[in-house]
Amino acid sequence: MKKINLEVNGKKVSKEVADHTVLSVFLREVLNLTGTHVGCDTSQCGACVVHVDGKSIKSCTALAADLDGSKVTTIEGLVKNGKMHPMQEAFKKEHGLQCGFCTPGMVMSAIDLLNHKKNPSDKEIRDWLEGNICRCTGYQNIVAAVKEAATKM
Amino acid sequence: MKTFNYHSTKDVKEATKLASSSSAFLAGGMTTLPSMKLGLASYKDIIDIKRIKKLSGIKVSGKTVTIGATTKHAEVAHSKEVKKAIPSLAALAEGIGDPQVRNRGTIGGSIANNDPSADYPSACIALNATIHTNNRKVSAEKFFTGMFETSLKKGELIEAVEFQVPEKSCYKKYPNPASRYAIVGVYVAKHKSAVNVAVTGAKSCVYNDENISGALSKSFSSSALDNVKISSSGMNSDVHASADYRANMVKIFAKKAVEAC
Repeated sequence: MKKINLEVNGKKVSKEVADHTVLSVFLREVLNLTGTHVGCDTSQCGACVVHVDGKSIKSCTALAADLDGSKVTTIEGLVKNGKMHPMQEAFKKEHGLQCGFCTPGMVMSAIDLLNHKKNPSDKEIRDWLEGNICRCTGYQNIVAAVKEAATKM
Repeated sequence: MKTFNYHSTKDVKEATKLASSSSAFLAGGMTTLPSMKLGLASYKDIIDIKRIKKLSGIKVSGKTVTIGATTKHAEVAHSKEVKKAIPSLAALAEGIGDPQVRNRGTIGGSIANNDPSADYPSACIALNATIHTNNRKVSAEKFFTGMFETSLKKGELIEAVEFQVPEKSCYKKYPNPASRYAIVGVYVAKHKSAVNVAVTGAKSCVYNDENISGALSKSFSSSALDNVKISSSGMNSDVHASADYRANMVKIFAKKAVEAC
């Protein structure tokens, strides 16, 4: 077991975890933050994308013990004062989701894109979302949602 | 995933002291962790080297670019210095996997794993790299020894990779549409003394194609390859591409790389 100290969605968290606990399991099963989804669990589908120290990573492929001292933001951390994040609003407005399973990862990944590229082209959005798979194949509206969010962020 | 003991280490001495026949060094973990989750690998000790400061960073001198083992793909892709000295190397890093893999995966991890379809091994061969470990320097040519095999000894740790700056170079790959690993990738680099043509994805291990490099050494143009025959002997044949198809792609992507140099 390892004791880890993290900041998750702005709150300090101090927990004991088994050495082989991955971040997605830690978030979902220890902190009950079930907004982060686990799809393939082999770092391909991107449903589990969260931000660690401001950068998007796949939480199924990072050890919780190895992130001691990091700042983690999950989909639950985006709402501010009861208001959805502009990216979430854009996904709602453009109907950028069908079943919604991939959505938390899509949203977290897309925010990372807009954080360093203000007005990405369709190609840049599609290239960036390479690691996020939507099995409803709703990509047109996902790209439209990211473009919409780019006008608000 | 089976249980193990996780060790976060502060320096190379501490990390190598912990190493044993049942341990693995952990950097980005982009292959190590999925392999462990799938039961393809298991270790008693996982030795995290990410917090060892001297293993990370990029140094550019006139003739070489030296990249620390734990430097992430995204850092190489976005480095102004790398873009200026060897633009093809930054472009290669930008094409690895997906953004989340590039935010975690490291150059040392990639070459230590020596996946037959990985991108970085081709850069090492094309750019006459020297691999610096905790106790020696090895040329790339002697480093990659076979499928997922390198000349690293148990407990030996890669510290940095030193690339030679070429006169011109380009890496072109035909990526698997799902994984972005190379079905075939060809890294052409023209140095003062010779031309290297490193091929990844085609065989069980990265190699320098001497037929293509020989033709390009005489005349550095894509038409110089028109009459070069690429044998499919020893090439991978799988659900993605047959050996003959790969052999043809090696030539096509070598031409594309030369044209883009």
